[in-house]
Amino acid sequence: MEHKTAALAEADRLMTVCNSCRYCEGLCAVFPAMEMRRSFADADLNYLANLCHNCTACYHDCQFAPPHEFAVNVPKVLAQVRNDSYAQYTWPAALQPVFRRNGLWIGLACAAFVTLFLIGTFVWNGAGAMFSAHTSPENFYALMPHNVMVALFGPAFLFAVLAITMSGRAFWRDISARDMSDGADQAGIDYARAGHDAGRLTYLDGGGDGCMNADEQTSDNRKLWHHLTFYGFLLCFASTSSGTLYHYLFGREAPYAWWDLPVVLGTVGGIALVAGTVGLLRAKLRQYRDVRDETRFGMDTAFIAMLFGTGLTGLLLLFLRATPLMGILLAVHLGVVMTLFLTAPYGKFVHGIYRYLALARFERERRGAVEHQHA
Amino acid sequence: MPKMSSNLSGPWDVLVAGGGNAALCAAIAARRAGRSVLVVEAAPRFYRGGNTRHTRNMRCAHDHATETLTGPYTEDEFFDDLMRVTGGNTDEALSRHMITQSKSMLDWIQEQGVRFQPSLGGTLSLGRTNSFFLGGGRSMLNSLYETAERLGVEILYDTEVVALDIEERTFRAATVRREGQDHRIEAANFVAACGGFEANIEWLKEGWGEKADNFLIRGAPYNRGTVTRMLLDSGMQQIGDPTQCHAVAIDARAPKFDGGIITRLDCVVFGVVMNRDCERFYDEGEDIWPKRYAIWGRLIAQQPGQIAYVVFDAPNLNRFMPSLFPPIEAGTLPELAEKLELDPVKFTATVEEFNAAVVGGFPFNHTEPDGNRTEGLEVGKSNWAQKIETPPYYAYPVRPGITFTYLGVKVDAEARILMGDGNNTPSDNMFAAGEIMAGNVLGQGYAAGIGMTIGAVFGRIAGQEAARHGT
Repeated sequence: MEHKTAALAEADRLMTVCNSCRYCEGLCAVFPAMEMRRSFADADLNYLANLCHNCTACYHDCQFAPPHEFAVNVPKVLAQVRNDSYAQYTWPAALQPVFRRNGLWIGLACAAFVTLFLIGTFVWNGAGAMFSAHTSPENFYALMPHNVMVALFGPAFLFAVLAITMSGRAFWRDISARDMSDGADQAGIDYARAGHDAGRLTYLDGGGDGCMNADEQTSDNRKLWHHLTFYGFLLCFASTSSGTLYHYLFGREAPYAWWDLPVVLGTVGGIALVAGTVGLLRAKLRQYRDVRDETRFGMDTAFIAMLFGTGLTGLLLLFLRATPLMGILLAVHLGVVMTLFLTAPYGKFVHGIYRYLALARFERERRGAVEHQHA
Repeated sequence: MPKMSSNLSGPWDVLVAGGGNAALCAAIAARRAGRSVLVVEAAPRFYRGGNTRHTRNMRCAHDHATETLTGPYTEDEFFDDLMRVTGGNTDEALSRHMITQSKSMLDWIQEQGVRFQPSLGGTLSLGRTNSFFLGGGRSMLNSLYETAERLGVEILYDTEVVALDIEERTFRAATVRREGQDHRIEAANFVAACGGFEANIEWLKEGWGEKADNFLIRGAPYNRGTVTRMLLDSGMQQIGDPTQCHAVAIDARAPKFDGGIITRLDCVVFGVVMNRDCERFYDEGEDIWPKRYAIWGRLIAQQPGQIAYVVFDAPNLNRFMPSLFPPIEAGTLPELAEKLELDPVKFTATVEEFNAAVVGGFPFNHTEPDGNRTEGLEVGKSNWAQKIETPPYYAYPVRPGITFTYLGVKVDAEARILMGDGNNTPSDNMFAAGEIMAGNVLGQGYAAGIGMTIGAVFGRIAGQEAARHGT
């Protein structure tokens, strides 16, 4: 079969090997999904690659892994295909090159936005206001009025949502174009099950004992670190959302007391986000060299760094908001968050969207296969 | 001869030669009994474990269904299956003993970290009798090694036993070769669990003659039977003859060594099998495939050039498990014959003769004998006979793929190697487990998963008995 890239061609070769073996089918969703096929087009491979959670158990369990002449390295090749797929489906397509040197792009964007926010607040308020402690009720808003923040971040957020939706749609259309002709259409239960498996990271555990990472021992608890990161991120998001609701719905303006919802959510979320991202980065650095897609190291670490930066600057802002450092911290935090929003569609953030869609597709196929069997 | 670094040269309570399922079960059992254990594995670390790397399931008796086994498999049924596949060519008392011990093996092996899963896709017929390893044989090995290391078993890779110091019935020491240097290792007990000799083509030739040159070896090139040879030369009793082995039909395009599971072909029942003279030579529909797959290696070994061709047509292409290489395809039978470098006239005639003899008309069902057969052929097909008439036509070239050999050393119920003195005198402190003594159970034939049963059960016994024998 013809393939667009060398990575896709290699993935096709590997899936042909794996489909003849099937020893790994109990490890995750990738192999059962593979078994429902006998040939592998690019869309199939992009789908399988995004089903893969990179637990790497199949590499350490494989009797044909390098140095064997069959050189089966599924985690690495699927990581390459997966990382390529983010670029392939991105919207607008003109931004595809951003995925190539992703770490650099995101680093530059972050530096630019932090600088802009620093300059902006200086120019707006003057150096004096910037470096004095703000204990007045207005606090942040003395430096940047709430409406200005909304005017800047609202459109950025909406753009990110639009771009991610368009990219995800292109991916979804491609992977579901292959009709299974078993009469079972995508149903609500598929999305619910996918949500369950994404939320629990069901397949990031090497079939039960945990993922392998540094070697064939299941020592690094990437599932825990990812849960802390993901749910920490959601809590931070909930903190911001609840603040917005307080502001517009109840007319209660920041700053809030330490026990109030936005602060509690933000504190817990921020700590989880910082701890989780540190754990993920540590696991990434310890990962067995042979299974890494080294070419995307920048993209992976840039995303982890952005989440870490968001959590850390948010926490610092919270704890030091009554000191003269507040002005600087606010500008830095806003610059980091703006970068996180605007680069979300063009970096590792999209892995969550594609993984969820692939899981929904898998649930649909599995249900179809079962109904087909019982028909 | 240089000594190994002081702590490795011994004396050890137990020295285990080998690194697969049998060796690790022996090492773990002995270590759990408090003995010091050294494992010497000839292969490098990646290839550790011999044929265990390529396995996926183990046959154990059990009285009830479990999370991963679909129903009970009694000791009697297991024994009946063994009698059938071996044609009664087994040590009945020893086999019964193994089957009884296999029951507790299901739990014991899981206590050593091995995890099971339901039977794999395409292996439903084994779901009741066989326990499948989650992640396959290498995963199983990884778990055993992790457990052994945690318990304090010492393991050396790239370390081959090159000589044995045996006085009468008693093992004194082994010489191992490591990084080009020989070292003497003394031990109170010796467990030989280092596989068959299937990778030793010269030895295979002693049984098979020049035919063995055309055999493909499904495992790594490390199972050369050197320890078996040394034990036999030291007066241990031989079991089995050199032609007996577990051999299946595998793709002729597979590599000479270590092609493993992915080159096997499950398509025999869907078509006809002919040799290079375009003659059919055996009933392709004698019984369901899981009960017949293990005879085809030997059948093909008896054909000229040790090669055969499985021929079928378009409707059957996706009816069996996929394998590594695509089938050879052609629009007509003569074209297919030419691609296979066979005589197109004779090839076509054989298929047409077969087609003309097909009777039945029942719905095709490969999971049970379906009554579709041939009538009036010299070599008939008893089931699943379908006319080969819908292009494109396909063929797989197949050769014998040797999994493991049966010739080895004779043991008793304690896994103790018996002397070749004509009196079945047990050796003092030498034990064997796994393929090296498989011939005690398998005089001939094979049943899926039984190699792992032999390895695990006799491995555990060998370890326990070696531990009991003392220091």
